[in-house]
Amino acid sequence: MSRLTIPKTYKLFIGGKFPRSESGHTFEVSTPKGEFLANAAAASRKDARDAVVAARGAFPGWSGATAYNRGQVLYRVAEVLEGRAEQFVEEIRQSEGVSVRAARAQVENSIDTWVWYAGFADKYAQVAGNGNPVSGPYFNLSTPDPMGVVVALCPQGSNGQSLLGLSASVAPIVASGNTVVAVSHASQPLSAISAAEVFATSDVPGGVINVLTGNPAGIMPWMASHADVNGLDLAGADQVSAPDWEKAAAQTLKRVQGPSHEIPAPSLHRITAFVETKTVWHTQALG
Amino acid sequence: MTFLDYAPAPESTAILDIKPSYGLFIGGEFVDARGDSFATISPSTEEHITTVGEANAADVDRAVKAARLAYDKTWSKLSGSERGKYLFRIARIIQERSRELAVAETIDNGKPIRETRDVDMPLVAAWFFYYAGWADKLEYAGLGPKPQALGVAAQIVPWNFPLLMLAWKIAPALAAGNTVVLKPAETTPLTALLFAEICQQAGLPEGVVNIITGAGGTGASLVAHPGINKVAFTGSTPVGRSIAASLAGTDVRATLELGGKGANIVFDDAAIDQAIEGIVSGIFFNQGHVCCAGSRLLVQENIHDDVLHRLQRRLQTLRLGDPLDKNTDIGAVNSKAQLERISALVDAGEAEGATRWSSDCVLPAKGFWFQPTVFTNVHTSHRVAQEEIFGPVLSMMTFRTPEEAIAKANNTPYGLSAGIWTEKASRMLAMANALRAGVIWANTFNKFDPASPFGGYQESGYGREGGRHGLAAYLEASDQKAGGR
Repeated sequence: MSRLTIPKTYKLFIGGKFPRSESGHTFEVSTPKGEFLANAAAASRKDARDAVVAARGAFPGWSGATAYNRGQVLYRVAEVLEGRAEQFVEEIRQSEGVSVRAARAQVENSIDTWVWYAGFADKYAQVAGNGNPVSGPYFNLSTPDPMGVVVALCPQGSNGQSLLGLSASVAPIVASGNTVVAVSHASQPLSAISAAEVFATSDVPGGVINVLTGNPAGIMPWMASHADVNGLDLAGADQVSAPDWEKAAAQTLKRVQGPSHEIPAPSLHRITAFVETKTVWHTQALG
Repeated sequence: MTFLDYAPAPESTAILDIKPSYGLFIGGEFVDARGDSFATISPSTEEHITTVGEANAADVDRAVKAARLAYDKTWSKLSGSERGKYLFRIARIIQERSRELAVAETIDNGKPIRETRDVDMPLVAAWFFYYAGWADKLEYAGLGPKPQALGVAAQIVPWNFPLLMLAWKIAPALAAGNTVVLKPAETTPLTALLFAEICQQAGLPEGVVNIITGAGGTGASLVAHPGINKVAFTGSTPVGRSIAASLAGTDVRATLELGGKGANIVFDDAAIDQAIEGIVSGIFFNQGHVCCAGSRLLVQENIHDDVLHRLQRRLQTLRLGDPLDKNTDIGAVNSKAQLERISALVDAGEAEGATRWSSDCVLPAKGFWFQPTVFTNVHTSHRVAQEEIFGPVLSMMTFRTPEEAIAKANNTPYGLSAGIWTEKASRMLAMANALRAGVIWANTFNKFDPASPFGGYQESGYGREGGRHGLAAYLEASDQKAGGR
């Protein structure tokens, strides 16, 4: 005798909470063969703005945490992901229509991505910073500083990489102390919302990572022009939309990373793309 | 005669040999512009200096093609050490001709000879020396084993430090293996044209450096040219925005050094006399035509009156006048347009209720001048507290706690510079940590060095110039596309 299962309601993740879209809109998520999986929340412009407010609120605490602490939290994400790996394998297998083996490889890659960036949180400043031998009695040091709120449109490829795309986008942004609003894979959003459950139980402070599901074309223009957003990662943007969003971002001189054809491999560049270099001249004097 | 009176001590202009007109420097030689020509005048006397060509779109195209040809045929094929030797040669020639360049800069820009001679030209030479040494060490730039040059760099520099900004742009670009097309500001083309002669004296291969003169239209054509790989711009935030927008959807890299409204923060335990000197150099250096100027003075409330009194007394001793005079502290405002902008913002400050004080120095009859000016009773919402004035105008505000100072200092869409004056090291470090600015000076202000990265947060632009970071801005890792801006 089979038991009737309890399906999950997939909602947004904003400020550490799981609200439905304020618009009341949802969209149907299906397998590639068209079988119904879930009704996901369709984030509105207001939801996106709420997510920016939450991310801005979380920025002082997260950027002010020690780099060691941030590394520990990112590692904790990997730990909790590992513990729930089978759930993600199943979810990805269904929603992306890939083999168990491919789904497992994606989950393992995602976990390893979090571990890689976790280990860089307290080291990247040593590589990206500089002591500068200026001509004068000054102790001059350049250090990277997180830039603030970054909005990331996760990779949208069709080849079954929704969780890896989210991980590869979000982990480097938050490793340095930024907070993020992540816009998930549009048609395969389930693993992103399940990942939000992982963030919610991994000591990631509320608001540091916010996850929106829905139509990127309805969310991204507002994020690109939002005056309280500092950076824009357009990894998942198509070649048609990206220039428009980049143009909108130019009005507030946001730092923009352009579309990426592949899932960005772990790299220092992914971290430094969203930091500012701060150079301080300290005057030296004995008296 | 009081102790402040002095006999005139003008630097001679006999050292200059300025031609009656200059063409564009393209492909290693001066050629006639196909567009119009325009005059450059001395802002201190309004006298005609020389006539220069105005590059039109066809000229821009010719210059970009010359730079591309030089990149493909010559410069990208040279070893790093050979490129470096050219830069060392340029640095030496700049040192040899530094007095001539200083005089030229002073008459074309209006800034005091004391500054062009002692600040601008030594830094110009230092910039070329510093980056010359990088040319054969690119694998240490932090981009992996074989970083690649980007190609042709389009560079647009402002009028406030004409030759120094040229050096900031050209030295790292050439060291990294790029070729350049550079446009100086329309009011200060002279030293860039002299630099073209220096390139000839150094035997720099033709087309590696191209100098085209013109105004905003020339710059817009250059930035929009499909043959460029990099834009480096120093100038206003509105123009920076339009450049960023015009590059949307392309893979042209950009460095933008834009406006600022720097906070200079003075705590009550600071060495006040030193702080006064820092306040003065922060906003009255170069007539306040400095993007990283300390134009907002934040003083701890209990020392406000003392600081204001000492500052006013000090400002009364500044000598305003002939920029060629070796005793001059404050030179001419660079142009009539800039003088009008300063005057309009100062009028707005008075209209909004801030209290204006100006030193009572006598302004010369001819030329463009503005007295050192301090606003008190300034609210954070006043235009003089929010907008970049780019002139010798200081807006003074107060704070009680370090937290309030941080909140007020960071209350701006800009984020270029900040200053901290305190004798307490732990507080100074905590302040530096909390301030959202790309360059922070602790117990000093307006210091520059080729080894030190410079550039801003937020709407002060993106990218860094100077140091290893400034070199990386002209390179791409060979194993991955750096992407982004």
